[in-house]
Amino acid sequence: MNPAIEIRDLTFSYGDKSVLQGVSFSVSQGEMVGLLGPNGSGKTTLLKILSMVLAGKGGVKLNGREIQNYGRRELSRLVAVVPQENQVNFPYTVAEMVSMGRASLHGPFSLEGKKDLEIIRESMRLTDTLLFADRYFHELSGGEKQRVIIARALAQEPQILLLDEPSSFLDIRHQLELLELVRKLNREHGLTVLSALHDLNLASLFFPRILILRDGVVCQDGPPQDVLTPEVIHQVYGVEVRVFLDATTGRPIIFI
Amino acid sequence: MDLLDRGRMIRVSGGLLFLLLLSVIGCAFLGPVPIDFSQVIRFSGSNPDADILFRARLPRVLLGVAVGGGLASCGVVLQAMLRNPLACPQVLGVSAGASLGGILGLIFLSSRLFFGGQTLLGEISGVPLASFAGALLSMILIYRISLIHGRIHPYQLLLSGVIFNAFVSAVIMFLNSIVDFYQAQGILFWLMGSLSTRAYLTVAFIWIYVLAGFFWLWWHGLSLNLITLGEEAAMQLGVDVAKVQRQLFLASSLIVGAMVSVSGMIGFVGLMIPHVMRRMVGSDHRILLPASFLAGAIFLSWADTLARVLFAPAELPVGIITAFFGGPFFLFLLYRGERKKVSL
Repeated sequence: MNPAIEIRDLTFSYGDKSVLQGVSFSVSQGEMVGLLGPNGSGKTTLLKILSMVLAGKGGVKLNGREIQNYGRRELSRLVAVVPQENQVNFPYTVAEMVSMGRASLHGPFSLEGKKDLEIIRESMRLTDTLLFADRYFHELSGGEKQRVIIARALAQEPQILLLDEPSSFLDIRHQLELLELVRKLNREHGLTVLSALHDLNLASLFFPRILILRDGVVCQDGPPQDVLTPEVIHQVYGVEVRVFLDATTGRPIIFI
Repeated sequence: MDLLDRGRMIRVSGGLLFLLLLSVIGCAFLGPVPIDFSQVIRFSGSNPDADILFRARLPRVLLGVAVGGGLASCGVVLQAMLRNPLACPQVLGVSAGASLGGILGLIFLSSRLFFGGQTLLGEISGVPLASFAGALLSMILIYRISLIHGRIHPYQLLLSGVIFNAFVSAVIMFLNSIVDFYQAQGILFWLMGSLSTRAYLTVAFIWIYVLAGFFWLWWHGLSLNLITLGEEAAMQLGVDVAKVQRQLFLASSLIVGAMVSVSGMIGFVGLMIPHVMRRMVGSDHRILLPASFLAGAIFLSWADTLARVLFAPAELPVGIITAFFGGPFFLFLLYRGERKKVSL
């Protein structure tokens, strides 16, 4: 079986500023991978390349096929993205927002059909957003918004879910709920997950495999207990921390 | 779960279409000279009632319908594309750019190429084409200026629109002061924005331009929904944003160019109608576009009727009427946006 994501020697720069300088890794189908790294280390850039918003140099294969051979529509049925912020200036209802995940399947002038409605409803059920289907998206709280965006991503029926710091604007309870939802989607629906994250403890708790980007290359790749050590964290973030292993989960806990 | 379905599409468009038909009939019968319906249907040699209705009023009302619908649908599209609820062809200076193009076309094309001022051929091809070029160039210019780091910057957008508008108006005034008296009259009409009776052939051509542009815009209705979420989100949901944007710029320039060439700069229809309709039918552009087209057409035909009858037999430019409604409306939106922290 081809890996879901296969990146070989990927480079990218904004003008003179080089962001990615030879990133290589691959993610198997059904894996759940956390992407860590300091601000400006290229996490967001990497996710944008994987969703064809930006084009880097080097090899990117999705399901064994070069990314540039995908059309935009076709790619949107394979890869769904949950961005960091979702500012919408127009009054869309939650159901309308979720239905936009189906857009790439429609031609001009066509409306959502029966199958679309089923998938939209199922996506909303999984994310617990059916209750406020007819409320306006811009009136929701941050946590609710993020769940709606995940519902929209699910409506795309993707195989790969990319998340860009999905919990950065949420309080601790909503952060946990969101990552639990993502884990459930990964375990029960076989979705491949690659998520950029800031919080080391949440990464440790939820992600069986962690990649750390630093200075445009992957500097660590492995399970949390191998990767989240005081030495690595000092080397990557330049801060001194203490790390303990949680007795029940065996995962590292980071104290500042 | 309340999503757009065929039933609502038909109810909304059908209802508005019916209102538009009533409006066209009503507006054609209203005017400084009363029309006797029983006289109109009396088909005999000389029939002043039928002449007024079919030669003077109906073509003007039909022109107003095309212009109003075109303005409103361009407003919808510009607001969506620039993700700014205050965008419309006039505020952004696109109408002014089209006017300048049209005036240059009027001065150079129709007098040089088509001999003797405003020939019919010049009216249906040369001038609209020049207006179209003017609209397209201004749209691209404003868009490029407001694009900072791949994002449309709202204040930059409104400011550049306002400045561009003022600059182009100055150029038009300059042209106005150096051309001869008859051309100056034409330019003044352009600046004020007004509908006047045209030959059916002209009206038909404007209808073709506007309808072609409108259906082109409507074709991209679903993509427009996604583009309002932001360019990156739209790409990730499968829209080829650059390609769709290019087509939307072209289609709306086609509409603005055609409209401006016959009506000059009529303001605020493109701002107000999309707002009102968004509240009534929602933000789904597959229904918002046709609903706004029809509502804009209804609004402008009544505004023009008001312009004709308010100080009859004198006639106001319809742009004054729309500005009376639209100016306060625009200020209110700005005021409320600031208070409610709605991002404009």
